[in-house]
Amino acid sequence: MIKFQGVGKEYPRTGIALSHITFHVRKGEFVFLTGPSGSGKSTILKLVFMEEKPSHGDVRVSGVSGRGASRREIAKLRRKLGIVFQDFRLLEDRNAEANVAFALEVTDTPKAAIQPRVHRVLAQVGLASKATSFPRELSGGEQQRVAIARALVNDPFILIADEPTGNLDDRATRGIFQLLRDINSTGTAVVMATHDLDLVRRADCRVIELNHGRIVYDSAETPVGAPEPEPGRAPTGDTA
Amino acid sequence: MRLATREAFTGFRKAPLLSTLGILTIAFSLFAFGLFALVALNIRNALRTVEERVEIRAFVADGTSPEAISTAMGDIGSFPEVLRVTYVSPEEGLVRAKKEMSEFSDVFESEFLPGSMDIRLRPGFRDPTTVKAVAERAGTYEFVDDIGYGQEWVENLYKLRTLATFAGLALGAAFALVAVIIIGATIRTAVLARSREIAIMRLVGATDGFVRLPFLIDGFVKGVLGGLLALGMTWFASETISRSMIRTEFFDTRVAVLGVIAGALIGLLGSLFSVGRHLKEV
Ligand SMILES: Nc1ncnc2c1ncn2[C@@H]1O[C@H](COP(=O)(O)OP(=O)(O)O)[C@@H](O)[C@H]1O
Ligand SMILES: [Mg+2]
Repeated sequence: MIKFQGVGKEYPRTGIALSHITFHVRKGEFVFLTGPSGSGKSTILKLVFMEEKPSHGDVRVSGVSGRGASRREIAKLRRKLGIVFQDFRLLEDRNAEANVAFALEVTDTPKAAIQPRVHRVLAQVGLASKATSFPRELSGGEQQRVAIARALVNDPFILIADEPTGNLDDRATRGIFQLLRDINSTGTAVVMATHDLDLVRRADCRVIELNHGRIVYDSAETPVGAPEPEPGRAPTGDTA
Repeated sequence: MRLATREAFTGFRKAPLLSTLGILTIAFSLFAFGLFALVALNIRNALRTVEERVEIRAFVADGTSPEAISTAMGDIGSFPEVLRVTYVSPEEGLVRAKKEMSEFSDVFESEFLPGSMDIRLRPGFRDPTTVKAVAERAGTYEFVDDIGYGQEWVENLYKLRTLATFAGLALGAAFALVAVIIIGATIRTAVLARSREIAIMRLVGATDGFVRLPFLIDGFVKGVLGGLLALGMTWFASETISRSMIRTEFFDTRVAVLGVIAGALIGLLGSLFSVGRHLKEV
């Protein structure tokens, strides 16, 4: 479903952000992406929803290639992805309901279909009673729930979350994480970037750890406790 | 679609001054163009009447033999451009001159007018170049003293028409350019004011076309309003001239509609240029 094959990414000014990244995410998986700040977590996620193009190798998401996809194909792909961020990215002048409905309004959804779907996902994230509240009237955890509802409303097969709990206290963090697990249990794959190691340790999920733009650990590839692969010992022929 | 239309009108609310300025420059662009087009139209109508009366008069020297004249008339009559040639005797000429220029009738009283061969051209051969060419050929006869064909009149009208057309085009184009730039600036402001919204649209999978649509509608609506305003101003100007100076003819409906469409295109063009560039930045 998500396939990174020898991916490298260079930004114009800051240089190499990722190199030799290869991993697969299968249907319905829950994957943590961890690593220190600046290690390339967000860049990997941007490559998944194709805000960035790979400099080397290729990224395939649901059959769409990150190298060759047209803007239209990318737009169509994003309708099948749910994306949430640390800073929620809600529209302040719309209430919770309208924020969620927005995702449907701008993607040619028939008007009659919008209302029921919005109510369904707001109930799913536990915010049925706050549908008419504006973002400023909601706690951080609740705002993130609205953002997750918006990400879910198009029935995505992958949910991409970039530090979704980064702005939240412990209690809200646990709530959001549990919500993501619940979503995952319905068959939606979840890829979550975080540097919250406590959260990662407590959960029993696949972990991909990054450092300086390389994968230093992938629990699906390496048995727990095995020595970490040496940086630089990457597949050959992908640095052209 | 309704969403897009509604969002187009938020453009006015978010930047009322720039929006108004945009509409006004479109209006002035088309008004400048319309005014000169009106002049050109009315000159063309005037030219049509003048052309119908275009006549080359080859004045014949006193004492030329009637045979020579009739041979020449036969020759000239066989030019492909020539409709017919008639001979006007000095006496007839005097009567006609008095009638044509009754204000100056006393001037002709004592004057002696030479006889002339009057050459009428076929329709389609009444433009200044052909008239001049035929006149010059008629002038090659030795006994032809002088040639008259109201050349200055016709040529000046033609020049005026060309000038009016070009002035209108140039001024209109200049205003149109300014209008495109101003509409572009309003769209830029609108895009930047809504960059957050646009970023979210992109994230949830709105297509470029969808994101662009409200801005294009915005530009289109401004263009149509500018076009209508220009039409009103041009009509008002035409009426004023009609009433206070000379009778003028206004554009027919087809041309008027074309003017409004031109406005819409200017608006659309302005937003298209701007939105393409600025959407990449957000
Ligand atoms: N848009 C960008 N332009 C230039 N450099 C960037 C950009 N985004 C990220 N980087 C660089 O790429 C590296 C990885 O960043 P990022 O993927 O954001 O890491 P993380 O999310 O793990 O903190 C950093 O060195 C950062 O400076
Ligand atoms: Mg990051």
